[in-house]
Amino acid sequence: MKEYLLMLVGCLLVNNYVMCQFLGICPFLGVSKKFDTALGMGLAVTFVMTLASCITWLVEHYMLIPLDLTYLRTIAFILVIAVLVQLVEMALKKLSYSLYQALGVYLPLITTNCAVLGVAVLNSNNEYGLLQSTLSGCFSALGFTLSLLLFSCIRERLEMSDMPKWMEGFPGALIAAGLMAVSFMGFSGLIG
Amino acid sequence: MAEKKNTFWNAFLNGLLFENPTFVLMVGMCPTLAVTTAASNAIGMGLSTTVVLVCSNLFISLLRNMISDKIRIPAFIVVIASFVTMVEMALKAYLPDLSATLGLYIPLIVVNCIIFARAESFAFKNGPVLALGDGLGMGFGFTLAITILASIREIFGAGTIFGLSIMGEGYKPMSLLTAPAGGFLTLGILLILVNLGRKKVDAWSKARKEAEAV
Repeated sequence: MKEYLLMLVGCLLVNNYVMCQFLGICPFLGVSKKFDTALGMGLAVTFVMTLASCITWLVEHYMLIPLDLTYLRTIAFILVIAVLVQLVEMALKKLSYSLYQALGVYLPLITTNCAVLGVAVLNSNNEYGLLQSTLSGCFSALGFTLSLLLFSCIRERLEMSDMPKWMEGFPGALIAAGLMAVSFMGFSGLIG
Repeated sequence: MAEKKNTFWNAFLNGLLFENPTFVLMVGMCPTLAVTTAASNAIGMGLSTTVVLVCSNLFISLLRNMISDKIRIPAFIVVIASFVTMVEMALKAYLPDLSATLGLYIPLIVVNCIIFARAESFAFKNGPVLALGDGLGMGFGFTLAITILASIREIFGAGTIFGLSIMGEGYKPMSLLTAPAGGFLTLGILLILVNLGRKKVDAWSKARKEAEAV
């Protein structure tokens, strides 16, 4: 139990995917303009990443390794993720239309979120077990959501503030993200 | 400009400068920030991405009449992932050191938005020659941008360039710049400079046009 708790803190703060490992920067910069959309994206990513790390583990251990096809890992993983995103989209449309409408636009974007493929490759590099892989997917996604939400709050304020013309938009946002990453550096060394 | 709009060189220059993927289009940010701690890593990453981008652009452009619109996205993914796997295996065999430093980010070339965006918005609509020019231009534009970023971070953050010490004995490196936070800050500052520079160029060409009109 303690091991998993440490993993949670590690993924949320110490090795935060966005702030410390540069995974998932595109959606981090792209959909962080408003708190609501950031929340939607965060939830959708959490859902897909948890499922994806579970299924890619199964694919790797029951298909790629027995058939000696591990060199096809990248192709197999990205296809699993693409199919999964499509399935989630179709399932949500049938089961919960309101959630589908809330997440709708962001679902296709998840395929090209490098955090999803990143967690699958990292799990396989670290040789995690099934439970460990699934939890690491879920916790890392929560870390992604956390930094996305924090950053969207900062950006909502940036929109209101009076910045020089040449700093508006991306440059200002990047510098704000840099300062946020500095504060995340404070967590390093929290877990030995 | 209008008469030479659809040539190989125009597509190339467009990718290299006018629509530079990093400074103008702002796509492919993850590798941009992640591998730019040292200039040699950035060149390795940039060239690997260029190879994948050129091959996938060429291939998708050749296959564009055979792939139906509905299944184009899975088709793109398979083409791109195959080339990434080839590059991954080649790097592991011939440049094991580079492959070890770039590590996770090599398979992640698959989800680099630059490659996907060029396949969707350029290669799928244009012939192979143009697609080749676009792939080369975008690839070198990306390599150039991340090498500049990495050089700045390496020179000030570690006092070296390509591993050679250049700042002299007494220099105290600003290690913040090679830390993740430094990536965001350096890119932010570079973008400000690019924005200011572009404004100058725009103003200059506008003034020239007005002068000509008079």
